[in-house]
Amino acid sequence: MDDLARSTETLAADRPFGIAILAMGGQGGGVLTDWIVALAESQGWHAQSTSIAGVAQRTGATLYYIEMLKARDGLRPILSLMPSPGDVDVVVAAEWIEAGRSVLRGLVTPDKTLLVASTHRAYAVSEKEKPGDAIADPVAVTEALGVAARRVVAFDMEALAQRLGTVISAALFGALAGANALPFPREAYVAVIRAGGRGVEPSLKAFEAAAAHASQGGVAPIERARAKRLDALPLTAGHPLLERLLARIRGEFPDPAHALLYAGVRRLTDFQDADYADEYLDRVGRMAKLDNSAHGWALTGAAAKYIAVAMAYDDIIRIADLKTRGSRFDRVRREVRAAPNQILYMTEFMHPRAEEIVGTFPRGLGQWIENHRGAFRFIDRLVNKGRRIRTGTISAFLMLYFLGGMRGWRRRTLRHAQERAHLERWLDIAAAQAAGNYALAVEILNARRLVKGYSDTHARGLSKFDRVMAAAPLLTNRADGARWMRLLVASALQDEAGTDLDGTLKTIATL
Amino acid sequence: MAERSFAREVQDLKKRAGEEFSGEGILAITKALLQSGVAYVAGYQGAPISHLMDVLNDAKDVLDELGVHFENSASEAAAAATLSASVMYPIRGAVTWKSTAGTNVAADALSNLASGGVKGGALIVIGEDYGEGSSIMQERTHSYAMKSQIWLLDPRPDLPSIVRAVEEGFELSEVSNTPVMLEVRIRSCHVHGKFICKDNRKPPFTLQQALEQPVRDANRIVLPPASYLHEAEKIEKRWPAALRFIKERKLNEFFGPERGTVGIIMQGGMYNGVMRALQHLGLADIYGESKIPLYVLNVTYPLIDDEVAAFCAGKSAVLVVEESQPEYIEQAINTILRRHDINTRLAGKGPLPMGGEYTASVLLKGIGDFLVEHTPALLGNRPPLPDPNPVLQHDKVRALAKVVPQRPPGFCTGCPERPIFAAMKLVEQELGPHHVSADIGCHLFSILPPFNIGATTMGYGLGPASASAFNVKAAKRPISVMGDGGFWHNGLSSSIGNAVYNQQDGVIVVVDNFYSSATGGQDLPSSRARNPRRSTNNSIVDAVKGVGVKWVRQIDRTYDVAKMRDTLREALTTAETGPKVVVASSECMLNKQRRVRPLFQKAQRDGKRVVRERFGVDEDVCTGDHACIRLSGCPSLSVKHTDDPLKDDPVAAIDDSCVGCGNCGDVSEAAALCPSFYRADIISNPTWLDRALAKLRSAVIGFLQNRRAGARIAFAD
Repeated sequence: MDDLARSTETLAADRPFGIAILAMGGQGGGVLTDWIVALAESQGWHAQSTSIAGVAQRTGATLYYIEMLKARDGLRPILSLMPSPGDVDVVVAAEWIEAGRSVLRGLVTPDKTLLVASTHRAYAVSEKEKPGDAIADPVAVTEALGVAARRVVAFDMEALAQRLGTVISAALFGALAGANALPFPREAYVAVIRAGGRGVEPSLKAFEAAAAHASQGGVAPIERARAKRLDALPLTAGHPLLERLLARIRGEFPDPAHALLYAGVRRLTDFQDADYADEYLDRVGRMAKLDNSAHGWALTGAAAKYIAVAMAYDDIIRIADLKTRGSRFDRVRREVRAAPNQILYMTEFMHPRAEEIVGTFPRGLGQWIENHRGAFRFIDRLVNKGRRIRTGTISAFLMLYFLGGMRGWRRRTLRHAQERAHLERWLDIAAAQAAGNYALAVEILNARRLVKGYSDTHARGLSKFDRVMAAAPLLTNRADGARWMRLLVASALQDEAGTDLDGTLKTIATL
Repeated sequence: MAERSFAREVQDLKKRAGEEFSGEGILAITKALLQSGVAYVAGYQGAPISHLMDVLNDAKDVLDELGVHFENSASEAAAAATLSASVMYPIRGAVTWKSTAGTNVAADALSNLASGGVKGGALIVIGEDYGEGSSIMQERTHSYAMKSQIWLLDPRPDLPSIVRAVEEGFELSEVSNTPVMLEVRIRSCHVHGKFICKDNRKPPFTLQQALEQPVRDANRIVLPPASYLHEAEKIEKRWPAALRFIKERKLNEFFGPERGTVGIIMQGGMYNGVMRALQHLGLADIYGESKIPLYVLNVTYPLIDDEVAAFCAGKSAVLVVEESQPEYIEQAINTILRRHDINTRLAGKGPLPMGGEYTASVLLKGIGDFLVEHTPALLGNRPPLPDPNPVLQHDKVRALAKVVPQRPPGFCTGCPERPIFAAMKLVEQELGPHHVSADIGCHLFSILPPFNIGATTMGYGLGPASASAFNVKAAKRPISVMGDGGFWHNGLSSSIGNAVYNQQDGVIVVVDNFYSSATGGQDLPSSRARNPRRSTNNSIVDAVKGVGVKWVRQIDRTYDVAKMRDTLREALTTAETGPKVVVASSECMLNKQRRVRPLFQKAQRDGKRVVRERFGVDEDVCTGDHACIRLSGCPSLSVKHTDDPLKDDPVAAIDDSCVGCGNCGDVSEAAALCPSFYRADIISNPTWLDRALAKLRSAVIGFLQNRRAGARIAFAD
């Protein structure tokens, strides 16, 4: 044992400095890693980096790991090829959920780890492909970091880098400098970027901006989802027809519903006209009469929202109208970042089928065609194909402009009649429940969320909605009927085919 | 030519004696090959060894100056066969591939090579694709070394050790007339480090000399009776020669005190991880001092019996750190101990798990458990070990675990393979689901959401071959998919030829993206670029017809989803029997962007008229049903929450990384999805005609827009 005791004293106490970088393929994690290694070596440190890129470079999550140690004469440190919990001084996450992943990998420890992360999100396929809202809650990351990390410096570095015409790696490098994450002077960072030789100026700009931001420390505020725009009811609207709508909202409806009703009348005057918005208020009024303050006007709120959604259905007239507006032309210019000296043309991808075309026919004619499959198929053969429309050219614009101008015709169309009948059936189902099972009535209105999309997708959504509505009578006498209705809607939003919904419907049938 | 340049790395290959090399492990190996006087190098690209091939591809001047022949082999089998140049001649050669996938393909040639033996040093650089980041089945190359008697090197993962393994590997091969495998793991290939260079060496005996003065010796050929002779030679001559060399040159290393109650035997590749674990346990430091005797096997096959016996003798227990399974080394050491009647307890799989990568945490736990059981006193007052569990068990972190989604690799932005599978999904909507045999390559990402297409994958170029049994009369035909990489690797004969000969009544989709994309964008026989040193532009369609396929369709733009869908439907429903081959061709977008983007930017800077295309979504038209995403999965097609109080679900959104491939428009057209998408054509440096037309158009359009906006009775925004 004496031998061993002696040799213990000869063990050096030096510990390496560990940096783990979590990025997605294509984010420049490799470049950042090389920069950090070059930085450490330029300051007389030993540095070793590893990665396991492989096919993960194709958009998958990738981990890079660096260890470094101030060099001692004649001694070569033995550095680890992978991070282990407790060894990681700094975690760099090039995306917010990746920051969360670093915590789950056990890399972040409260006594040691500084976490430098970009708060922007790049959604995984599983978050995007669901028919509903499957976006991961970013606040869960913020909260876990509060527990796991020693210190966090986080803000949207992707936006910063894009604004300055470069990629996120430069911003992350700057944030490392600004957060004093590494024991090296600022000039040494700059020298490394300069030595890199490619895109030096934009990189330096992003580096400096990110460093300045990071030196203030802290986590930029992050919210679950963007706040909804609920404007207060204005005092005046500048037109007698609109004033009348405002007066009706003010006079006939409880305060808590005003903001949503205003959003509703805005949408419907925009969709059709003030009369149509009046009709909307009539329909919501029918629900409001069944409502009272004891329930916090939940039924009126749901009616205000979803009756507006249902009445502003998406038809060819609506699409053509939206596509030809001047405000839309301006918005697209902003979205695609077209400079003033660049010329921009849009091409629209339309694929009308007989359903959509016949829907714009007068009700009687449309009905006749729908009832005569031969005629319907004939029209389908005529129209059913992809059409690319260059909205910026005069002839194409005129065609869409004409279609968009058919608003006055809309109330006479087959589609309008169908939408209206469907709407009334749905409202009857809700109204029938309101007295006996108020909460269920609210959820019946909320279920309108399922109707969305175009052509086949719309048909599928509509069929899911109808199946959910058909289950409503089964829930009438159940105190937990509303909970089941919510579950039906949630499961209908899980997958396109409605497999999940079928399962929930089966369960309900056995209740 | 591959669209990435390795010019900077090539400079590293030119370094002279005394200069410091600083870079990746796999590049250090490349330099070490040149320092060892290698006369030829061949291989098949694949992570983690692609870099070796890529850099040599760009290093024509270096190779020419040294007289080194370099070849991109058609497959690992071709690469292994290349080593036959070292059978009769004192010529050093090296080949490389990803293992075990590549070793499986090369096995035939390797067995023949190892049987007859070699005269010149033959080195096989094996990229052991095991553990995190691996893209293949989890197996070991070790068994190949054992069954064919090929020596297996597994050096410590730092650059000087790896370089030494290359240099001494050639010597070992020559003194024992046996090919040598140099195994490097994923992380070792990508490790950044330094070593001091030597001068590159010209091969002392050249390939030209061999060709001009050929030698033959029938005893080197695997035919009886020579094959029996080979086996005897392996046992009686080559094995003892190897043991002598390994011992004399001290290829295996000992660290720490000479004596101790316990010791650790490890594969060289495990060394850094073991040292870090010992450091946490207070038994080693970062400069390599250890309180426990360590025996590092830089050669994991063969073992040196008396070294092993001497190390174990006198210790109460020894731990074997051997990654993956079966535990061949542990079994062999047990045999050695029995034969020497040494009663040291041997631990290995037990404290350490049987399978999976030996990460730092796994090693810390395994070594800790071993020491607690066999020599707890050594651990002293036990400093607290790093333990992530308190954090991982916290409520907030457990809540996070429920939220964080998986992020597997997938098709890149604008990938031309995406519309092929979108079309396949559309056909399946019409004709019902089909049995789809998948292959190896980027197209295998089709098995993941949102496409969920593909039932099995049996190997490179074996997609259509793996549909062979389904050649029976049925209401549906089997579909198989194969990339251009797999096609030229093995698929032309094993899959297409096989299907023709057996009259396979199925549909074969050949995904042709002009490169071997999954391995890093290397050229192939059917690449469309002109490559001065390779024969490219060889048509897949001609090759397919050449082996006898009658029904062939070529699609020149995979983004044409409707055409793709119609062609697949025709192939699935035509009365024609025999294989139906659809060659779907469009350039790999990753490589296309590498090629095109600099040209575009230059033209834009030079004031030339250029048009950039990208897509967008009108968010007030989009209803947030995400049907488009279920037919795409493109990274640039995403979703976003809106502030519209009447919309519950996030709408689709396209970000600035969109390359305007056209998939979104074509899919929404072919699937009659929705009219939300628009393509924006952004014209830079417009001509006077462009400007005049735009002015006229916006005057008319602007007038009409203002007219309607003025007449609209609406609330102010």
